[in-house]
Amino acid sequence: MRKEYKTIREVVGPLMLVEGVEGVKYDELVEIEQANGELRLGKVLEINQDKAMVQLFEGSQGLRIADSKARFLGHGIQLAVSGDMLGRVFDGMGRPIDNGPAIIPEKHLDINGSPMNPAARDYPAEFIQTGVSAIDGLNTLVRGQKLPVFSGSGLPHAQLAAQIARQAKVRGSNEPFAVVFAAIGITFEEADFFISDFRRTGAIERAVLFMNLANDPAVERISTPRMAITCAEYLAYELGMHVLVILTDITNYAEALREVSAARKEVPGRRGYPGYLYTDLASLYERAGRIKGKPGSITQIPILSMPEDDKTHPIPDLTGYITEGQIMLSRELLRKGVTPPIDVLPSLSRLKDKGIGKGKTREDHADTMNQLFSAYARGKDAKELAVILGEAALSDTDKMYAKFATEFERRYVSQGYDTNRSIEETLQIGWDLLSILPRSELKRIRDEYLDKYLPTRPAEEV
Amino acid sequence: MTEANRKAEAGQIVGTIAKVAGPLIVATGMADVQMYDVVRVSEKRLIGEIIELRGDRASIQVYEETAGLGPGEPVYSTGEPLSVELAPGLIESIFDGIQRPLEVIYEQEGDRITRGVDVPKLDRKKKWEFVPVAQVGDALSGGDVLGTVQETPAVVQKIMLPPTLSGTVEWIYKGEATIEEPIAKIKKADGTVVEVPMLQRWPVRRPRPYREKIAPSEPMITGQRVIDTLFPIAKGGVAAVPGPFGSGKTVVQHQLAKWADADIIVYVGCGERGNEMTDVLMEFPELKDPRTGLPLMKRTVLIANTSDMPVAAREASIYTGITIAEYFRDMGYKVAIMADSTSRWAEALREMSGRLEEMPGEEGYPAYLSSRLAEFYERAGYVHCIGADGRTGAISAIGAVSPPGGDTSEPVSQGTLRIVKVFWGLSASLAYKRHFPAIDWLQSYSLYHDKIDDYFSKHVASDWTELVGKTMQVLQEESELEEIVRLVGVDALGYKDRLTLECARSIREDYLHQNAFHEVDTYTSPEKQHGMLSTILTWYQKGLDALDADVPFSRVAGMKILEQIGRMKYIPEADFPQRLAEIRSQLDAEYIALTEGGSLDA
Repeated sequence: MRKEYKTIREVVGPLMLVEGVEGVKYDELVEIEQANGELRLGKVLEINQDKAMVQLFEGSQGLRIADSKARFLGHGIQLAVSGDMLGRVFDGMGRPIDNGPAIIPEKHLDINGSPMNPAARDYPAEFIQTGVSAIDGLNTLVRGQKLPVFSGSGLPHAQLAAQIARQAKVRGSNEPFAVVFAAIGITFEEADFFISDFRRTGAIERAVLFMNLANDPAVERISTPRMAITCAEYLAYELGMHVLVILTDITNYAEALREVSAARKEVPGRRGYPGYLYTDLASLYERAGRIKGKPGSITQIPILSMPEDDKTHPIPDLTGYITEGQIMLSRELLRKGVTPPIDVLPSLSRLKDKGIGKGKTREDHADTMNQLFSAYARGKDAKELAVILGEAALSDTDKMYAKFATEFERRYVSQGYDTNRSIEETLQIGWDLLSILPRSELKRIRDEYLDKYLPTRPAEEV
Repeated sequence: MTEANRKAEAGQIVGTIAKVAGPLIVATGMADVQMYDVVRVSEKRLIGEIIELRGDRASIQVYEETAGLGPGEPVYSTGEPLSVELAPGLIESIFDGIQRPLEVIYEQEGDRITRGVDVPKLDRKKKWEFVPVAQVGDALSGGDVLGTVQETPAVVQKIMLPPTLSGTVEWIYKGEATIEEPIAKIKKADGTVVEVPMLQRWPVRRPRPYREKIAPSEPMITGQRVIDTLFPIAKGGVAAVPGPFGSGKTVVQHQLAKWADADIIVYVGCGERGNEMTDVLMEFPELKDPRTGLPLMKRTVLIANTSDMPVAAREASIYTGITIAEYFRDMGYKVAIMADSTSRWAEALREMSGRLEEMPGEEGYPAYLSSRLAEFYERAGYVHCIGADGRTGAISAIGAVSPPGGDTSEPVSQGTLRIVKVFWGLSASLAYKRHFPAIDWLQSYSLYHDKIDDYFSKHVASDWTELVGKTMQVLQEESELEEIVRLVGVDALGYKDRLTLECARSIREDYLHQNAFHEVDTYTSPEKQHGMLSTILTWYQKGLDALDADVPFSRVAGMKILEQIGRMKYIPEADFPQRLAEIRSQLDAEYIALTEGGSLDA
C-alpha cells in the first residue's frame, strides 16, 4: 500500500504543493483523491527535500486542500497500448470515451519516450504521394518527416490535413498504414469535421483519436500530444505500421505550457513563453522518423495557427527551426479562391531532395521544381510591379512571367480538396505551365530533360 | 580502463540529493568538490557537472534525463573536470555532447539512448600501428611528436607529448598498441619516469596551449562561389551564418563540411534535427574529397546532440567539439569546426541559468552570454603550435545562428557579430525565390579581403581583386536601379543602366546561384570561378562598348551566347578550360557580328 499524504498545502493555478513527503521522485505521477472519491492526476515538477511541487493535469476547480489525499505512484505518466486501439477514440489522457470496451494493454509505455540515437535513425527517403500538387511537386513529403502546416484563424488547414490523411500513400506498396490524430484544445466542430471525414472515407478503421477539446482542462494538453505520439511509436516500431500523426493545434499546446511556466514564476523568454519552449517542442517533433531495421515509420503533420498570421511569433518560429520544412497557407490566395491556399514560396520541405528523382518520382522532378519556384517568384514580382505601374510598364519577358504566375496559381495550386493527382499528372501540369515561357528562360533544367519533356507547342489555354 | 581510472570513475560518495528540478540537481554535503568537477548522480550513475557551490550545497547540471531521481539519493565525485579523450579513434566517429560514442551505444543499447550508459569514449581494444619519430635520448617538451599513427587513409595522427609534460625519452615503442598501452617512457627533470600512452585527457573548458597566434593570411577555399569570390574566409578565421528557418543555414554548413579545403572537419550538431546528423552519417562516406579522392568521412569527426537529447549536454557539446579541433590543430592540421546552431547552445545556457535563478540579462539570457560566445570563438585562430618543429595549425570556426523570426537584433546574433570577421547573412526573400545559397550580398561582409585577395591574385589570376570589386559594384548599382524601376518602370532607364541590370541578373542567376545537390555545380574551383565571372563581366564590358557603337539594346540583351553563359556552372572541371576558350571565342565572334551588323542598321 502506497503512502497517502494529507499534507497538500497550496493550490495555485495548475500547481499544487505537498509537504512532508518521503521517497518522491522527479517526474513521478501523482493521484489526488478527494473526499467524494473523485480522482485527479498530476506529476512532480520539482522536489526539494520533503516538498513536492505537483503539476495538475486536470485543473484545480473544486479541489479542497483540507480533505484531499495525494498518492505518489512511483512511475511516470504512462499510456496503456495495444493494437486494439485502432478505430477507437480516447480523451486527452488516454481514457476511452467512445463507450467501447476497455483496452487490454499489451504494454505500458512512458509517454515521454527517450531520445533516439542519431546513429539509429534511418534517413527518410520514401516519397509519399499526397495527391496535392503544391506538396508533391514542390514541397515533397517523405516517410518519417515532420512537416507542419502553418495556418491562421479562418484558414482551411483542417480540410488540407484531412485531404492528406485521406489520400496519402506510398506508391506501389501495400504496407499497413494508420493515422493517429490528436485534437489539442480545438473546438468540437473542428474535431467533428475530422471524425466525420474519417468516418465518411472509412479511415476511422485505421485511426486512433485523442481528443482534448477547447472546454477540457488546458493543462491536460501538455500530455495529449505525447499520448498520441507514444501510441504512434507503438504502432510503428512494435507493430511495423506506417503512421501519420496529425497534431492540431500546437498553439494551444504552447499556451498550456506557458500557463504552467507562469504559475511557477519562471523567467520568461519571448512573449511570455518559457525559455525551454524550443526544447519542449523538439521533444514532440523529434519523435518522428524512421529507425534502422524497423519496418514502420512516423510521419508528423502538426498544425498550428499563427497568431496574427505572424510567422515570427515564437510558436511557428521555433517549430520551423525543428521541423523539416513547413506548408504555409495564405489568406490572400484563399481570397482569390485558390484551394488549398498553399503559398508555395515560403513553404518548404527539407527532405524533398532525397525523396524525389529517378526511381522515386521522375528524373526531371528536381529541375522542374527549381524552375517552377524561380519562375513563380519572378512572376509574382512582375505582377506586383504591374499593380504599381500598370501592365504596359512590364517588359515582354516579365509579361510572360506574370501570365505564368496567374496560371500557376489557377491550374497548379488550386485543385480543390477532392482532387487526387498522381505525381505524373502534377509533373505534366508543371511542364505545360513552363511552356508559357521561352526555352532560353528555363536555365535550371538540364537540356536532356528539356528535349524529352518540354511540350513542343505552348499548351492551349484551358 | 586502468586501475586509477576505475577508481576515479567509481568515486566516493560525497553528497546527497536535496532537490531535483529538471536537469538541475542540488546536492548537500558537497564541501570537498571543485567547481566544474564531474559527478555521478544516484545509483543510475548519471553524468553531471558542478556549476555552482554555496557552502556545502552544490548545483549540478545533469547531462541525462533526471526523471525518477529524488532527494536522499547519493552523489559520487570523480574529482575530475569534464574532459575529452584524445587519441586515435576520433576520426569517422559520431559522439554525443559529452563524447560518448553513439555508434557503440547503438550496438550495445539499441535505438534509444538509455540513461547511465557507461561505454569508453574511445575504443580501448583496437590496435593502432605506432611509428616512432622521437628517439631514445631525445630531450622533448610538451607538444613534441613521439610518433605517428595512420588513423585513416586521409589522416596521420601525430602522437604528441601532453602539453604539461617534458623530459628525456628513456624508451620508445614501435608496432601495434592500444591507446592505453605505453608507447614511451619519459624521464622528467626530477628523475621520475612516466609511461606515456597514446591516450590523453583534456578538460573541455580549458583551451589547449599554443606558442603564439598569428594573423590568418590564406583563404579557406570552399568551392562555394558566393563565399570564395565575395565573402571569403581565411584559414583560422571565424564566421557566422545567421538566418531565419528555411534559409539554408544547415545546407551552407554541410557544403562547407564537404568541400572546404581543411584537413580535418569537426561538425557539431548542437540542438538540431536528428535527421540532419543521419544525413551526414549516410552521405559523407559516399562523397569524395576533391583534393585527396578519399571519402569525406575519413577526415570528419561528428558531435551530435540533437534537440531531443538532454539540454545540459548541448551546452557541453560546443566545448567538446572545439577541444577535439584543438588537438588536431596541435598536430599542425588546418581544422574547420562547424557549430550548428550556436543559438541552441545559448538557449541551453539560458535554461540552466533560469533554473539557477540567476538575474537574467536580455530576453532571459544570462548576462555572461556574450563573454561565453567570445571565449568560444577566440579558441579558433592560426597558431604556432607548441613543440620544437615549429609547425603551424589553424582552426576556422563557422557558427550558425538561428535568430528568432530572423531578426538579428537579438542577443545571440549581436554577441556573435561583435566577434566574427565574416558574416554570411542569409535572407528569407532569396530563399523564397529558391536562390541558394541565400547569402545576401548587400548585407554580408568579410573582413579578410585585404589579407587574402593577395593570395587569389597570386595563385588564381592577377585581376581577381578587380573582378570582385566590379562584381560588387554591379550588384550595388542594381539595388539602386531597382528602386527607380519600382517607382517609374524599367523604360525610364537608359540602355546602359538596363544593361547593368541584365549583367546583375546574370551574376545572380548564373554565378551566385549554386545548386548544392547538382553533382557538378556543388563545387567550383577558384580557377573555374574566375573563368565564369570574367566571362560575364567581359560580356558586360563589351556590351557597354557596343551600345556606344549604336548597337540596339535588344540585340545585346538577346545575344545567343547568354544561354551558354547561363550553363557554364554545369561544365565539369576537367572540360572547363577548353569549353571556356570556346565560349570566349564565340562571345567575341558574336560581338564582332553585332557591331558590324549594328552599324549597318544604323
